[in-house]
Amino acid sequence: MFEALREGLGEEMERDPNVCVIGEDVGDYGGSYKVTKGFSEKFGSWRVLDTPIAENSFTGMAIGAAMTGLRPVVEGMNMGFLLLAYNQIANNCGMLHYTSGGQFTIPVVIRGPGGVGRQLGAEHSQRLESYFQSVPGLQMVACSTPYNAKGLMKAAIRCENPVILYEHVLLYNLKEKIPDEEYTCCLEEAEMVRPGTDITILTYSRMRYHVTQAAKTLVDRGYDPEIIDIRSLKPFDMYTIGESVKKTHRVLIVEECMRTGGIGASLRSAIMESFWDELDGPIGCLSSQDVPTPYSGPLEELTVVQPHQIVTAVENLCGKK
Amino acid sequence: MVLGRSFEDMCAQMYYRGKMFGFVHLYNGQEAVSTGFIKLLKQTDFVTSTYRDHVHALSKGVPARQVMAELFGKSTGCCRGQGGSMHMFSAEHGLLGGFAFIGEGIPVAVGAAFTSKYKREVLKEEGDMPVSIAFFGDGTANNGQFFECLNMAQLWKLPVIFVVENNLWAIGMSHYRSTSDPEIWKKGPAFGMASAHVDGMDVLKVREVAKEAVERARRGDGPTLIECETYRFRGHSLADPDELRAPAEKAHYAARDPIVALKKYLLDNEIATEAELKSIEKKIDEVVEDAVEFADASPLPGRSQLLENVFADPKGFGIGPDGRYRCEDPGFTAGTAQV
Repeated sequence: MFEALREGLGEEMERDPNVCVIGEDVGDYGGSYKVTKGFSEKFGSWRVLDTPIAENSFTGMAIGAAMTGLRPVVEGMNMGFLLLAYNQIANNCGMLHYTSGGQFTIPVVIRGPGGVGRQLGAEHSQRLESYFQSVPGLQMVACSTPYNAKGLMKAAIRCENPVILYEHVLLYNLKEKIPDEEYTCCLEEAEMVRPGTDITILTYSRMRYHVTQAAKTLVDRGYDPEIIDIRSLKPFDMYTIGESVKKTHRVLIVEECMRTGGIGASLRSAIMESFWDELDGPIGCLSSQDVPTPYSGPLEELTVVQPHQIVTAVENLCGKK
Repeated sequence: MVLGRSFEDMCAQMYYRGKMFGFVHLYNGQEAVSTGFIKLLKQTDFVTSTYRDHVHALSKGVPARQVMAELFGKSTGCCRGQGGSMHMFSAEHGLLGGFAFIGEGIPVAVGAAFTSKYKREVLKEEGDMPVSIAFFGDGTANNGQFFECLNMAQLWKLPVIFVVENNLWAIGMSHYRSTSDPEIWKKGPAFGMASAHVDGMDVLKVREVAKEAVERARRGDGPTLIECETYRFRGHSLADPDELRAPAEKAHYAARDPIVALKKYLLDNEIATEAELKSIEKKIDEVVEDAVEFADASPLPGRSQLLENVFADPKGFGIGPDGRYRCEDPGFTAGTAQV
């Protein structure tokens, strides 16, 4: 997947000379997860800017650059570091188009590795989707496959709105054959992973793989789950989700976000509001525990949703077969 | 300077008459800094300011009508009434904002300078390099963003000028109580940056220092940090009772009123006559009166304006249950902001 991201970013940088990358170790080092490897030699150090460690200020600098004609892609070495840039992301990124009465656009893409990894410790294992989701004016997407990673990267760069692209630390080595021809993915659309009839399972990022793994067990036990990778964390694709709910009448959300104020919490209420009459039962939601990610292996495993929990949840919602 | 002073005085009147609301921060006393720097700039140069931005906007060329209408919250304001006193923006005049949180605008100015440099280095554009000026106060000079930006601007030799309007007070916090080394201009050399200190009550002195800084930036030799000793004649905002500042201090600076000083200079050196200066003041009064009339007569924003500028691309509101983008519904902007 890191090569897909690199391809997407590289193609956009070739296509539009205003696209540039700003972040720590993006140039000479090639990016902490090698997404920008080779870019410095190819595009030069002004287009792949190695910054000092000053997230709030260089994010603000990217915003000023975007207001004056460039299209920066800001890399958070780990997405958690972007918490230091929260001032600029919330106040300036999200707000300036509005407070300027539409005079300035902020076409920045903010991206980086996030999520719970393998014993990286609490601060490097953060799930930031919930923190940024309320900021008005931002779009958020989460990639989960090499195909959608490249497509979403390209679409995010071309979008006139500020977009946060969530990548996951454990998915960078995923392999997949992707088309040679140029393509982008729609930022606002969800992705059908597995059509089904019994229950709609909504998920994103790494949890997609826990869901598909659980699905194998579920299918063996006679269930037919429909799996949708929502991809667009903000705004939600209420059409794809709605059509599915109308078909299956049962919903389970599986996310890596914390339970409190997470994507699942928002999604649950959005579905309930729009599709109440279609539901045969309460919307289930499996989220990470509201704990700082522990270092120790067994505890870390307990923090995120595991496939067996997904199987149990589906059995509870659908009834035993 | 006179426009700035008359405008701000009118703002105070209008505020107490209930025509504008919220936090309004007036610039009285500091006019020499705004005029001294901004009048050297071109329309293609950039300025960022703080919440005390009305006069920076006027100096940069934003019409008084648009600023006053913005303050009244009308849709004819420079930001359609959506920004208000602390968020003045003008794409036409290179005003990149008005920011309420201190320090927030400094990286934005550095970003605009980065664009200038990028356009030279990468896009090979020619002609004069646009420069940016970031205006901020003494309180901001203790903030992380200030130091981070000094480093980056000097590191990459960006065409930005950091102007500290040191009026000695951050609301009720005296500069000397909050700053270990109060000489702000001395912090530039720690980053290898050219720095200067200037009497911010004297517009001609400010202009001299500003000229050097602008020239340095334009020829690609990088940023300058300039500390201007100045003073605000009014409280921090119209809500500030201004009880902490000593009367002696206020009197000292009132005697150094930049407008009075320039007037004296013009008359003493026979550059202008009393009559000419009076006619300028009269013209300015008319401009300010006209601005108020325009703002008064302008309409308030309608319901449909609420959602229009949340996203540059309104597809960001997403796809609704009916399969269409919510923004495709003609009644959309009069509805609710659901995503």
